[in-house]
Amino acid sequence: METKNLKSRVLKNRVMKSLFFSATVIALLFLVMLFYRVFSQGWGYLNLNFITSFPAPYPEEAGIWPGIVGSLMLMGIVAVVAVFIGISTAIYLEEYSPQNKLSEFIRVNIQNLAGVPSIVFGLLGLTFFVYLFGIGYRLLAGGLTMALLILPIVVVSSQEALRSVPAEVKEASYGMGASKWQTIVRVILPAAVPGILTGIILSLSRGIGETAPLIIVGAATAIYTLPESLLSKYTVMPIQIYKWTARPQEEWQFVAAAGIIVLLVILLLMNAIAVWIRNKYQTRY
Amino acid sequence: MKKVFGFSLILTMVLLLAACGSSEEEGANANESEGEGALEGSVTIDGSSTVYPVMEGLTYRFNQEYPEVDISLNSSGSGGGFKKSTVGEIDLSNASRPIKEEEKQQAEDNNINLHEIEIAYDGLSVVVSEQNDFVEELTTDQLKQIFLESSDVTKWSDLNEDWPEEDIKIFSPGHDSGTFDYWNEVILEENPMKEGDNTALSEDDNTLVTGIQNDPYAIGYFGYAYYAENKDTLRALAVENPDGEMVEPSGETIQDGSYAPLSRPLFTYVNVEKMNEKEAVSEFVEFTLNNAGQAAEEVGYVSLNDEEYQKQLDEIKEMME
Repeated sequence: METKNLKSRVLKNRVMKSLFFSATVIALLFLVMLFYRVFSQGWGYLNLNFITSFPAPYPEEAGIWPGIVGSLMLMGIVAVVAVFIGISTAIYLEEYSPQNKLSEFIRVNIQNLAGVPSIVFGLLGLTFFVYLFGIGYRLLAGGLTMALLILPIVVVSSQEALRSVPAEVKEASYGMGASKWQTIVRVILPAAVPGILTGIILSLSRGIGETAPLIIVGAATAIYTLPESLLSKYTVMPIQIYKWTARPQEEWQFVAAAGIIVLLVILLLMNAIAVWIRNKYQTRY
Repeated sequence: MKKVFGFSLILTMVLLLAACGSSEEEGANANESEGEGALEGSVTIDGSSTVYPVMEGLTYRFNQEYPEVDISLNSSGSGGGFKKSTVGEIDLSNASRPIKEEEKQQAEDNNINLHEIEIAYDGLSVVVSEQNDFVEELTTDQLKQIFLESSDVTKWSDLNEDWPEEDIKIFSPGHDSGTFDYWNEVILEENPMKEGDNTALSEDDNTLVTGIQNDPYAIGYFGYAYYAENKDTLRALAVENPDGEMVEPSGETIQDGSYAPLSRPLFTYVNVEKMNEKEAVSEFVEFTLNNAGQAAEEVGYVSLNDEEYQKQLDEIKEMME
């Protein structure tokens, strides 16, 4: 009886293990297939010329440079706006706001906002930034729209980071006679920065791959000058890639694949920075 | 920790500086011509994604000749382009169909005069898979029977007893595209198209190509360029023209007009006031009429006759004086 029970438990364990393993393999398999396809198609078109050139009607001459510059400038705007508004909101919600129905309502809705389809933010951006504020179809409008899009994610992850600062540390600060503001600036924020920054960079990584809202707020498809200011016309990498995939000639699919590789590399770099920051500062407490 | 704060501080400073430098650019739009080759200013173009490849070729070459001109080219569809051009947001609006009455009205309400320019031809190609070995040609009536909601033809055998008793799978561009608009006007005559399990709509022509390639009972239509690039897996059907001849789409039949009624002109609409105000725009329009034929051929479309380009060029020159 005893041994039989043991056997079935061991068997169950094996079955579950192989089940979970195959689930992991499936996910990995698709990732490998994606990488294989993108790299086998795009490798031949990926060279310095591709990275430093402007769009061209010929596959061999086409380049993604304005997309790279546009995407990075856009992310710069997004980072600044989302950092200030996002962290401030998180600090208010975590440290200042009274624990009542209203603040709970705000909290839940910010989490809901994180799940709203990106195209909705595009329409919001078109109405507010492009028309109402009169910015027009320019870089600043795109940046603000994208900032709105990732703001909820920044707020939620910053809240998590603030919450994970141990209560003893705060209490100690209050105990020494520090005011709330002093505690926030000198104790809580420094301790939460790695978590906050990781959240910001990861949400920027989401933003850099977005296409839909930017099409609506008028990012250009082909442009032969780099954006010089916040009020320049601009384009971004995903829109260039999207446009290449829609062309009839097969070579354009390879150009698109090369573009995807560039986008992937930038994305992985950003994620690597996030991991590096987390590892460097995490073990303080 | 300080480093991290320093980093975000620097980022902020850089962006603020960028913001300060922004006011200069606006002034550059009002361009003065000082000598040759120093053309400055901006040209903004939006509209049909069908016209986009031709325009990309043109803007690319224009930029090589006049590198100081800022060109931005978008493709938000024929309708999307008119939405912007009828309120004066852009200089040129590409379209794969003529401007609609309500769009014309809107432009008039805003005191905007849009001048139509034909830049190339496209032949909407009705295609089946290479694996399809029974259909060679269709009359426009048969096309209507296949595509119209009101007809009860659902199987190939309903059209011709010798054809297989299999469901007809329809692949069509989505309702927002100018290609659908044209089809809607010429074949459907504004009547509803079939919907349901055997109809697939996509805004991406490559999706239609893939769908039709692999299904011997599929039929669809799209721009000639997409057929020309996939001749080894797709077969274009001959379609009956108004003279009763069965004509297959090709460069010649599209250009000489015998491939009818599915040959369509591709347009760009220029804002006349902008053309008079901005030298960059008028220069670009002339450049377009001088080079559109070649740019069209390069991307698989069909050029107009030289005389047709010349005639339009003369019209433009007249308007400018």
